[in-house]
Amino acid sequence: MDKSLADRPAFSAAAFFDERFGVTARDLDRVLGRAMAARADYADLYFEYRTNDQVHLEEGLVKHASVSTANGVGARVLSEDKTGYAFTDDVTIKNLDSAVRTANVIASDRGSDLPARVPTPAGPRHDLYPVSGSFPDLPLERKIALLQDLDRFARKADPRVKGVFASLLLENKIVLIASSQGWALGDFQPLVRCNVRCIVEDGGKRQAGYFGWGGRMTLDDCTDAERCEAHAREAVRRALVNLEAAAAPAGPMDVVLGPGWPGILLHEAIGHGLEADFNRRRTSAFSDRIGERVATELCTVVDDGTIPWRRGSLNVDDEGTPTQRTVLIENGILRGYMHDRLNASLLGMELTGNGRRESYAHVPMPRMTNTFMLAGNEDPQDIIRSVKDGLYAVSFGGGQVDITSGKFVFSANEAYRIEGGRVTHPVRDATLIGNGPDVLTRVSRVGADLALDDGIGTCGKDGQGVPVGVGLPTIRVDQLVVGGTSVRGPGSFQG
Amino acid sequence: MERLTPDRELAAGLLARAKEKGASQGDVTVVEHEGVGVKVRLGKVETVSQAHETRLGLRLFFGRSSAATSTSDLSRASLDRLLDQTCAMAQATAKDEFGGLPEPGELAAEVPELDLLDEEARGLPVEQGIDAARVAEEHALQYDARITNSEGAEFGNSFNRVIHANSEGFAGEYATSAFHLSVAPVATSNGSMERAHWFSAARRHDALDAPEAVGREAGRRVIRRLGARKVRTREVPVVFDAAIAGTLVRHLAQAVSGYALYQRASFLCDRLGQRVASDLVRIVDDGTIPAALGSRPFDSEGVGVRPKDVVGAGVLKSYLLDAYSARKLGAKSTGNASRGVGRASGVSPMNLYLIPGEDSPGDIVGSVEDGFYVTELMGFGVNLVTGDYSRGASGLWIEKGELAYPVAELTIAGNLNDMLNQVEMVGNDLRPQSPVAAPTVKISRMTVAGE
Repeated sequence: MDKSLADRPAFSAAAFFDERFGVTARDLDRVLGRAMAARADYADLYFEYRTNDQVHLEEGLVKHASVSTANGVGARVLSEDKTGYAFTDDVTIKNLDSAVRTANVIASDRGSDLPARVPTPAGPRHDLYPVSGSFPDLPLERKIALLQDLDRFARKADPRVKGVFASLLLENKIVLIASSQGWALGDFQPLVRCNVRCIVEDGGKRQAGYFGWGGRMTLDDCTDAERCEAHAREAVRRALVNLEAAAAPAGPMDVVLGPGWPGILLHEAIGHGLEADFNRRRTSAFSDRIGERVATELCTVVDDGTIPWRRGSLNVDDEGTPTQRTVLIENGILRGYMHDRLNASLLGMELTGNGRRESYAHVPMPRMTNTFMLAGNEDPQDIIRSVKDGLYAVSFGGGQVDITSGKFVFSANEAYRIEGGRVTHPVRDATLIGNGPDVLTRVSRVGADLALDDGIGTCGKDGQGVPVGVGLPTIRVDQLVVGGTSVRGPGSFQG
Repeated sequence: MERLTPDRELAAGLLARAKEKGASQGDVTVVEHEGVGVKVRLGKVETVSQAHETRLGLRLFFGRSSAATSTSDLSRASLDRLLDQTCAMAQATAKDEFGGLPEPGELAAEVPELDLLDEEARGLPVEQGIDAARVAEEHALQYDARITNSEGAEFGNSFNRVIHANSEGFAGEYATSAFHLSVAPVATSNGSMERAHWFSAARRHDALDAPEAVGREAGRRVIRRLGARKVRTREVPVVFDAAIAGTLVRHLAQAVSGYALYQRASFLCDRLGQRVASDLVRIVDDGTIPAALGSRPFDSEGVGVRPKDVVGAGVLKSYLLDAYSARKLGAKSTGNASRGVGRASGVSPMNLYLIPGEDSPGDIVGSVEDGFYVTELMGFGVNLVTGDYSRGASGLWIEKGELAYPVAELTIAGNLNDMLNQVEMVGNDLRPQSPVAAPTVKISRMTVAGE
């Protein structure tokens, strides 16, 4: 492996797998030819070599370091609306042949003689994470020193800090995708994530605070001392805020969402519902609604896999399609879905570069990349001032959606009451719940302060996790249900 | 490249070589997995998939410092690299006086036969899985005319083999199988669309529920969601359907994990021997139940498993510990190590059940004048440090002791400390088809937020 990998990814990835497994371009052609037996519509092979390095610190000690290596190949055959899939981590010609034979089983009871038109990838490939050298890493001693810095910064921030947990997670992945359409593409995909969590204790009360960051870059790119100190202090600040928190209110109220990570609202409320598989099956609350109004005209939402260095970005998706910016909602009108190859083919639509998978052991599906709302023009402070009695939520844990009914939740872990247009006191963790097709029709103000998240999102679907990004400007959502414990008197209800 | 056979000899060889390189202790885990899965949708096969993977994990100690590695590449060259890398890393990490393998006396002296393998898991004709999925989906679709669509039905069978060996002389292995059938029908009525999911899971093929029954139950569950309303925000009794009540037990298990406890990241710190739940609550962790989904003859460090009360008559009786977290807390391993291959240490329960009470689910619903019967929970709104609990929910509203109408877009909120102490009734309907399970549970009061 050499530096040229990043410069000539397709060529080098092929050479890498050839060297590693002794599988030549000619072997690939032959295996893919067999995969197309019984007039299958499409076949591909996804080779992956991946290393995951983790280093953890707690109680001031780096007690744990681990490295794991995985390699394997997944063989896929498409025939009409059927998918055959087989994978092995023992990559030999014999196992490849056996995998494509298994995957091809689904082509045997073909209903129609007409071959399906399976779209080919088009457009320029990107170079969104050009790292110097392959498998960028830092010596373990450097990583240990970084973690010790994070520990020191957090402890220095406040004497109430009783525990600090910090970790560095590094993934380097080489993929090669070869298809029955005669093309083969490679990519080198770095991914780093840094985490700081702290426990604070004061007068018998305990709370935790967390901050994480990263992206498709090297550890060196995101761990300068200034940044590490700021992020460690932020984890401490979040924990301390929650020590003071009062019971969260219960019931519907006007909610102001801060910029950045609260964009998880979009991911849950509309993103999943606009993935093409659910829409082809007509099981999404958004099925058959392209062209309809699903948001106020203040809202334009995109999915964009082309932002350099971002956690959710990819040069090509896991089916070899270059990623792109796809407009999902334009001035409130639903414009499009996110596609993988199977669903684009069955719906007769264009590829959008959203065919993703967790690894060679998983079948690709339509998945999001970086999903965010474009900026409006309001001052965020004016948006807060516009609310008489509500909630200001700036940080969230996870979220979840029921695609079919459209109901979604996301859980605030840093939130404040707004009373009389002023942010007053922090409130405890509370889940917010709404209905996807409805929630953006309640967006009454959009700020000018669009921010993307810090690079910590992992989206789960059908048991597959993939890294994603979200983003949001400050927005006001009228009357969203807040799931606290504190029932307010009927007098304070609005609307 | 030649792949080496993953067996106990390979493990012993690696450990011997590690010792030559100066390692004081070490262990090797090999996990092998084979599986076949099918998905049928609207009667047609949509996906057939086949898996085959093997991972080897190596953990080494140099005195009190350690590191772990893993690989799916079992060639000699790869394992040589792995060994060198692990040795180098283990000498760079910090000395930790609590590190090390379990004490020799804690290791399983024998590997009990727990009936965890049904040979059918290998070589079951894929057509049988397709048929089961098809029948399950058919019976879901036939349950009611309003069920018009489906996210499909899935059948899966898998075979797993685990080998564990350490430098203290422990070497054990076992094989398990698992079978799974699930279906997700979609129903529509007056513009509202709902889906529900029902499943059966077992180690033995013949222990799966009949596909017809799985389909009908999925149908029943989706139909009763149609036409949901919102309700007014208020405090009421909340009944957890048995299908989701296990989540409460899981939260408790996380809070009594040795790691959460020594990290002070649990609302149950320092509560051993104290009341943490109402008298009705008895929670047992038992990894020795024959053919159960969470059973295993030894934990991921080779420590033997034995049944134990985690909560008895509302009193916290046991934490869940591995060797490391036990030493940190000045206790003994409870045989709950669950370190994944090449991962950081961790613990998890084996078969963790809330022991059934006397009341039928009907009696429990009948005891509620005005309250919420929860069938679905959403989101991750549980703070284990404080016990604060707030999750999205849907289900049925209870009026005068009867399930009256479906409700949705609600949240339920409280604090786990209070919720566990407010368990007022425990049902007699435990369905042990997940490793963590509970019967129907009634909690006397929670905040429900809606309109």
